[in-house]
Amino acid sequence: MDIHEYQAKEILSGFGVSIPQGGLAYSPEQAVYRATEIGGEKWVVKAQIHSGARGKAGGIKVCNNDEEIWQAAEELLGKRLVTHQTGPQGKVCHRLYIEAATDIRKEIYLGFVLDRAQERVSVVASAEGGMEIEEIAVKNPKSIIRVAVEPAVGMQPFQAREIAFALGLDKSMVNQAVTTLLGCYRAFRDLDATMVEINPLVVTGDNRLLALDAKMGFDDNALFRRPNISELRDKSQEDPREMRAADRGLSYVGLAGNIGCIINGAGLAMATMDMIKHAGGEPANFLDIGGGASPERVEKAFNLVLSDANVQAMLVNIFAGINRCDWVAEGVVQAVKKIDLKLPLVVRLSGTNVNEGRRILKDSGLPIIMADTLAEAAEKAVAAWKNAAAKK
Amino acid sequence: MAILLDEKTRVIVQGFTGQIGTFHASEMIAYGTKVVGGVTPGKGGTKHLNLPVFNTMKEAVAETGATASIIFIPAPFAADGIMEAADSGVRYCVCITDGIPSHDMIRVKRYMRRYRVDQKMILTGPNCAGTISPGKAMMGIMPGHIYMQGPVGVIGRSGTLGYEAASQMKAIGIGISTSVGIGGDPINGSSFKDHLALFEQDPETRVVVMIGEIGGPQEAEAAHFAKENMKKPVIGYIAGLTAPKGRRMGHAGAIISAYGESAAEKVEILQECGVTVVPNPAAFGDVVKQVLAKTK
Repeated sequence: MDIHEYQAKEILSGFGVSIPQGGLAYSPEQAVYRATEIGGEKWVVKAQIHSGARGKAGGIKVCNNDEEIWQAAEELLGKRLVTHQTGPQGKVCHRLYIEAATDIRKEIYLGFVLDRAQERVSVVASAEGGMEIEEIAVKNPKSIIRVAVEPAVGMQPFQAREIAFALGLDKSMVNQAVTTLLGCYRAFRDLDATMVEINPLVVTGDNRLLALDAKMGFDDNALFRRPNISELRDKSQEDPREMRAADRGLSYVGLAGNIGCIINGAGLAMATMDMIKHAGGEPANFLDIGGGASPERVEKAFNLVLSDANVQAMLVNIFAGINRCDWVAEGVVQAVKKIDLKLPLVVRLSGTNVNEGRRILKDSGLPIIMADTLAEAAEKAVAAWKNAAAKK
Repeated sequence: MAILLDEKTRVIVQGFTGQIGTFHASEMIAYGTKVVGGVTPGKGGTKHLNLPVFNTMKEAVAETGATASIIFIPAPFAADGIMEAADSGVRYCVCITDGIPSHDMIRVKRYMRRYRVDQKMILTGPNCAGTISPGKAMMGIMPGHIYMQGPVGVIGRSGTLGYEAASQMKAIGIGISTSVGIGGDPINGSSFKDHLALFEQDPETRVVVMIGEIGGPQEAEAAHFAKENMKKPVIGYIAGLTAPKGRRMGHAGAIISAYGESAAEKVEILQECGVTVVPNPAAFGDVVKQVLAKTK
């Protein structure tokens, strides 16, 4: 789960990380009031969406007076911002964060990640901040400092000092850096985070270390014990179809193709999509229906996949392990009848009681296209899609 | 022979008396697995499925001489169950549970390192289908009847894709020595590499099939290991050629977040290391057959 910049800043600030003064606004009026509260003569109005690279998308505006703040707020609220992280559909901005402008002398990249190779939390830092880490990795890979944290004792001050010195920070700032690094680590560990990123962490003209931007991601599997984090979820930032799927216990990812997929198991789902591509088609989605493919679940899955207007053919591929194919077939037949499916449907069943399952599909009187193997299923689905597309 | 598990392995079921534990324990017993009891804290001293129930793993091991355990404990408590297993002296543990927090798995992996090599427990999973040595025993949730006994070792992340591969092989008369599901989580007990090393030592296994997917460094690491250390041929498949970057494809670990984690990049690394790549998921059977024919 992702959260907004202002939420991440509030959390990290509680762990000792210094942030510029700022406040949240839902309207131009509030934005101006926040700026007055903060004081000073230069402010930044920042669109709160779940994405980085907001600056390039026009989501961050530097303002010098009330009129400019009002104007910036009016423009950003309700605006759909498209960054390379949001995908072409973009994300709508409903909240603004107003912040005192900072006198920047140096920009640093600081990230904490779950390091899968090390199986630990790792710190990634670079004195070349302001760019994304992927960009730094290409332009100046030598500037990247990586330190893994021993999970039994947590991050130690000497590790933080090593990073601070490696970043070339003045010795007068090392203690601030240690506080920041240890604070981020504790936030990461104590709140079941999967990612903390401060980019940039800046050195100001008056030698303070401030988190100018902040991003946090959390482990969905740990939300059961983090009610305070769950509360920060902003559903307006999530894909509505993926959200509906998650609420129904299905795992769904929308894609750009035309062949809708319903499959059990994440690996088999990915493999089936690959097979569709191999056969000359494009999958419209990833959908793992999970263990029990009951009629209710199958129906929910159909409704979800069909809510994508690009879908022109359907492919159901179920490997019945613990379920039985006859039971899955009943589910498919009931669901197809209930939603009165108009699109061509290819079904491939395999595993336990497969013959009984196929008989049920055949006897249903529905125009279901049957397939025996994975290859056949993909080929028939692609053919059905081409056929349907030609008729249109 | 086989790896990790055979008909003599004495197995304890953790989370024995729950609905899921009960169902799969019965299936495992029906397949021929030597289940010797179970653990459910607070139900010690009772009987379940005609087998003794214990309060703790240590008690269960002391009373039954068990050397392995399988975990069906709900996610919030599963990491604790794995550590209890590691401390009880069993040598092998399969954790089926899906949804264990990553930070818990970091702690589990760190905890497991405290034992001497000769006392260390091997962990398979979590979020996996388990392990089966066809014709001998299974510790898992797979349908046993789709597997045939034979010379192929299988390691995979996904349950159902592993079933697909096994049934393609069975359809053309090729059997499996042991099939291990290492699970779809970002941090798991044993990696592809760990299992490759075990298969290399197993006399019954002639070739190894590795069924990977997008995300994480494990497939590449295993391919390099195979190149340096293995005499037996390794066959590989990577699912997720159509998966977009940065999106989680069902499994918690199936997400492309760094260079080298996409299917195309992994396939390239596999090929560089001399692994025979299965070009599409309908070709498992044929490719294994060709590679097997060359080993005779």
